[in-house]
Amino acid sequence: MKFIENVRPDVTTDIVYMMCPMHLLKLEEHMKELEPGQILEIMTDYDGALEDIPAWCEKTGNEFLGMEDSIDFYKFYIKKRAR
Amino acid sequence: MKKIYLDHVATNPLIPEVFDAMAPYLKEEFGNPLSVYEYGMKAKTAIEDAREKVAGLINSKPAEVIFTASGAEANNFALRGIALARQNEGKHVLVSRMEHHSILNSARFLEKSGFAVTYLPVDKKGFVDPDTVRKSITKETILISVIHASSEVGTIEPLREIVKVAKEKNIVVHTDAVATTGNIPVDVKDLGVDLLSMAAHQFYGPKGAAALYVRQGMRIVPLIYGGIQESGRRAGTENVPAIVGMGKAAELAKAEMKNRAEYLRPLRDRIVDAMAGVDRVYLTGDREKRLPGHASFCVEYIEGEAMLLLLAAKGIFSASGSACSSKALKASPVLLSMGISSSLAQGSIVFTLGMGNTREDVDYVVNEFPAVIKRLREISPYAQGWGDREEGGEQCTVKE
Repeated sequence: MKFIENVRPDVTTDIVYMMCPMHLLKLEEHMKELEPGQILEIMTDYDGALEDIPAWCEKTGNEFLGMEDSIDFYKFYIKKRAR
Repeated sequence: MKKIYLDHVATNPLIPEVFDAMAPYLKEEFGNPLSVYEYGMKAKTAIEDAREKVAGLINSKPAEVIFTASGAEANNFALRGIALARQNEGKHVLVSRMEHHSILNSARFLEKSGFAVTYLPVDKKGFVDPDTVRKSITKETILISVIHASSEVGTIEPLREIVKVAKEKNIVVHTDAVATTGNIPVDVKDLGVDLLSMAAHQFYGPKGAAALYVRQGMRIVPLIYGGIQESGRRAGTENVPAIVGMGKAAELAKAEMKNRAEYLRPLRDRIVDAMAGVDRVYLTGDREKRLPGHASFCVEYIEGEAMLLLLAAKGIFSASGSACSSKALKASPVLLSMGISSSLAQGSIVFTLGMGNTREDVDYVVNEFPAVIKRLREISPYAQGWGDREEGGEQCTVKE
């Protein structure tokens, strides 16, 4: 896993305690709204996101910048791909 | 025989327009809102439309409304969900002694799970003093839950003032507004609460649909795990017909609220004024700050259950204590918390009016009820007084 610090996201979505697969639905929803090059931050406590989010980035060509581990949830950073 | 239903805090009949709105979703529109084809999309559109209407009733955003199956579920969800989500910040919760069992029993569950709970005392009219709230807050306090209005005594709590105290310390506030939503103005922004429970059948909607308002940005641990219904916060295939009915009932309640309250208040006052003239009958709760259709009393020397049966024999259907404690033959904890003696609390009777009641109904009740009291006192072993049991009348409010 790639760890990263001090990222300044353009959009943040807090889905802590929301059930799976909300992390993927919210990811898709927000990525549609972002401009190329902008960064999305997703906060979630769902362990499955550790695999799902990098895999989703790989599949869709978006850049997985890395994650930050907080006390009781994770922060994932995704950069929208160029057109 | 006449049939006069005076137990509208227990539940309300459906308004015909609500039934009509629900009917297609009990028949041809049976789809699952998560299905991607036409049936599913229609069901999804219907519940989102209902969400907008419910949000309109309480002045929230639609996304802040989470549908549940009952007011009790909304209360459990709020208390347990917020306590668990915030336990790293502290493990102390405040609830008032006026709360419904769904809050009190959830609070007991939290106590068994390692949280500390303070049960806020109330005065003889059932009011929670905001200053008591202030004094009860500790560094560990994460959540305060105070009912908006008691279904047992009708008292409307000073919620705005309580919220003000809580916000000085950044504490989350939940209110059980099951008895008030749809009946008196409930505006989440004006009240300032973070969470609010409501139930459709309290405003002429169906049973089986209720909701928890959760202010945007609040984290809450789910009560029911499963699929991603309700944005992944409350699993389970939605009760689409009931939710549609709740939406319609909310729309009608918003439009008609003022007229309903203006219709009910004089009927309520007629009962309260008439009973003030009956010996040793005491109004419970506050005379002014009470639900529009709510008249509750304690009748000395006789039991609520006996009154219910004799009134029912005359076609008058009412309650004693809460709907739950009516069955349990138990002195209501709410009345006891108001300092009413357990002997007097046994004589609790609650009349709650609805739009189906008329002036004639109320005249009939105020004529028949004193006769029921007289008859029961004639056979009561306590007719000459409580003997060595405590006197209770001083703690009630009607004879001021």
